[in-house]
Amino acid sequence: MALSRAACAASGVGNVKTMFQKLWEQHEVVAETPDTPAVLYIDRHLIHEVTSPQAFTVLRERGLKVRRPDRTLATIDHSSPTRSDQIFGGVPIAIESAAKQIAQLQRNCAEFGVELFDLKSDQRGIVHIIGPEFGFTLPGQTIVCGDSHTSTHGAFGALAFGIGTTEVGHVLASQCLLQRRPRTFAINVPGALSQGVTAKDLILSIIGEIGIGGGTGYVLEYRGAAIRSLGMEERMTVCNMSIEAGARAGMIAPDEITYSYLKTRPRAPKGDAWERALTHWRTLASDPGATYDREISIDSSRLEPMITYGTNPGMVVAVSGFIPERRNDPVFDKALAYMGLTAGAPIGGQPVNVVFIGSCTNGRLSDLRSAAQLLRGHHIARGVRALVVPGSQQVKKAAEAEGLDRIFIDAGAEWRESGCSMCLGMNGDTVASGEYSISTSNRNFEGRQGPGARTLLASPMTAAASAVRGRVTDPREFLNG
Amino acid sequence: MEPIQQIRSRTVVLPFTNIDTDQIIPARFLRTTTRVGLGKQLFADWRYGADGALKPEFALNRPEATGCAVLVAGRNFGCGSSREHAPWALLDYGIRAVISTEIADIFRSNSLKNGLVPIEVDELTSRWLLEHPGAEVTIDVASATLRLPDGSAVEFPLEAFVRYCLLNGTDQLGFLLSREREISAYELAARA
Repeated sequence: MALSRAACAASGVGNVKTMFQKLWEQHEVVAETPDTPAVLYIDRHLIHEVTSPQAFTVLRERGLKVRRPDRTLATIDHSSPTRSDQIFGGVPIAIESAAKQIAQLQRNCAEFGVELFDLKSDQRGIVHIIGPEFGFTLPGQTIVCGDSHTSTHGAFGALAFGIGTTEVGHVLASQCLLQRRPRTFAINVPGALSQGVTAKDLILSIIGEIGIGGGTGYVLEYRGAAIRSLGMEERMTVCNMSIEAGARAGMIAPDEITYSYLKTRPRAPKGDAWERALTHWRTLASDPGATYDREISIDSSRLEPMITYGTNPGMVVAVSGFIPERRNDPVFDKALAYMGLTAGAPIGGQPVNVVFIGSCTNGRLSDLRSAAQLLRGHHIARGVRALVVPGSQQVKKAAEAEGLDRIFIDAGAEWRESGCSMCLGMNGDTVASGEYSISTSNRNFEGRQGPGARTLLASPMTAAASAVRGRVTDPREFLNG
Repeated sequence: MEPIQQIRSRTVVLPFTNIDTDQIIPARFLRTTTRVGLGKQLFADWRYGADGALKPEFALNRPEATGCAVLVAGRNFGCGSSREHAPWALLDYGIRAVISTEIADIFRSNSLKNGLVPIEVDELTSRWLLEHPGAEVTIDVASATLRLPDGSAVEFPLEAFVRYCLLNGTDQLGFLLSREREISAYELAARA
């Protein structure tokens, strides 16, 4: 039987398949047809307080149970305070609606038998940090969460993507989702990153290159020597921001770095089960010669520390560069007017009021280390407020064990409990209107960090260097001198 | 979800690209545990001044926008977060369809689960609509066409399954649960 071209591309010609194709096919409960989407099995479901309450309401209304509580894990991150006294000190959570939302998750998890890393638990943290940290995230899995940054988990060679609340309900009730197969997009990154250039700078460059809608409809696969040389935490930073290019998922093939990260994690398979898992994981990488619907290459050796200047993550330049000029583009003008920045001006030297180090993009131990490395022996500039928020309580504990908290506190920064915090300001950690915030998070949308807040996205090193100088600063000035 | 056959309405236009879900409904309004009443927070930071008063110049606040159920916007509408609060807020406000040259994946998926019709059109049609706020359009779900005031019809992508769900008000959870036999068989085969 002659296969159509589309069917050949979908199945991989000559049985040569991309990692995405393998994972997709392994999780098809019912294959898609022209009339109906695929029923896709979901191995792991992460939930949090913001996007799950209405899904539990649907279960209650329809008398349904959580089908697989053993495949479901809940945490509290978006609305939770980062002040210790509001978590551990008996001081009530300052925002009543946040307290209510958290209490609702606690009730829902108790009623439906879902494991919850509760407010005071030392296992709690940002949903995309705790999954990998506990080995709940594993290669070869389908992983979803009612959160767009679920793409983070793709760093392990998982197919991981964000879903809405209705779909959270679908997964709770059936452990499956109705999905159409997305297209594939290879991002090849040969070479090696230079000193002072991080995974954050790489992904910001990629988004600048393909645009914030450039990945819409695709699953990205990051490939090449520069990707292979990254540690797991850096790979997570890259995959995390796939959604900022419009791609629901980003993936990196698992390798020895992946396995060594996972081996001792509490929920990772042990003993024989580990060996069996390894055997399977080693088959996941895209086959040589596998083809993608789209493919680009990024020359990593030419990358520099990057920073955004506008109101979406694709509006990005080198820290050493200039804000571009565009004629007859009212949307561009609107963004610059919101940011209070001038086309053609250098971004370096721009004064900043707030520095935020944290989030699911850059809230892991290696991120805190790289910021601390620059801050050690320095003090943040007068008038600058710096907030350091570890991505999880485990990250916090590990950072404190090596004295990073002292470096931050001695430098004049605030050291907080874990959570999403100032990335989106849901918990009251916000940036004031008109203020400039250099932030290691993922979105610089208007008002993201508070109404009128002006966000500049950058790496932890760039954020730390800028905190010391009180203005946008190339971190290489510190590394070289 | 109510069945939807046709939507006939004037358009309201937001001529910006990349309107993200933080604009559609800012994060501080997500501290809710229900899906009702979010319409008043739709585009909150664009609609209201710091004093809470409506900004008269914002498109949705103009008198001619009253009752418009079709929103026309620039490329890549709904990018950003997965918050389903975005389509909930649009629907609660009275918007029933969104037209753009490109609609972000998760927003599109969330919209279809709630009966908000995402309509992707070609560049020319989009440009005409962006330049003609208040145009009277008719959206027909069964034929997946958008009829413009001059009578011309533009087809938009709406795959058979979601078309069926919109037309019949079908809830996709019911469809999934009807696959219980296959799901159990899969779990058994995968020893999951």
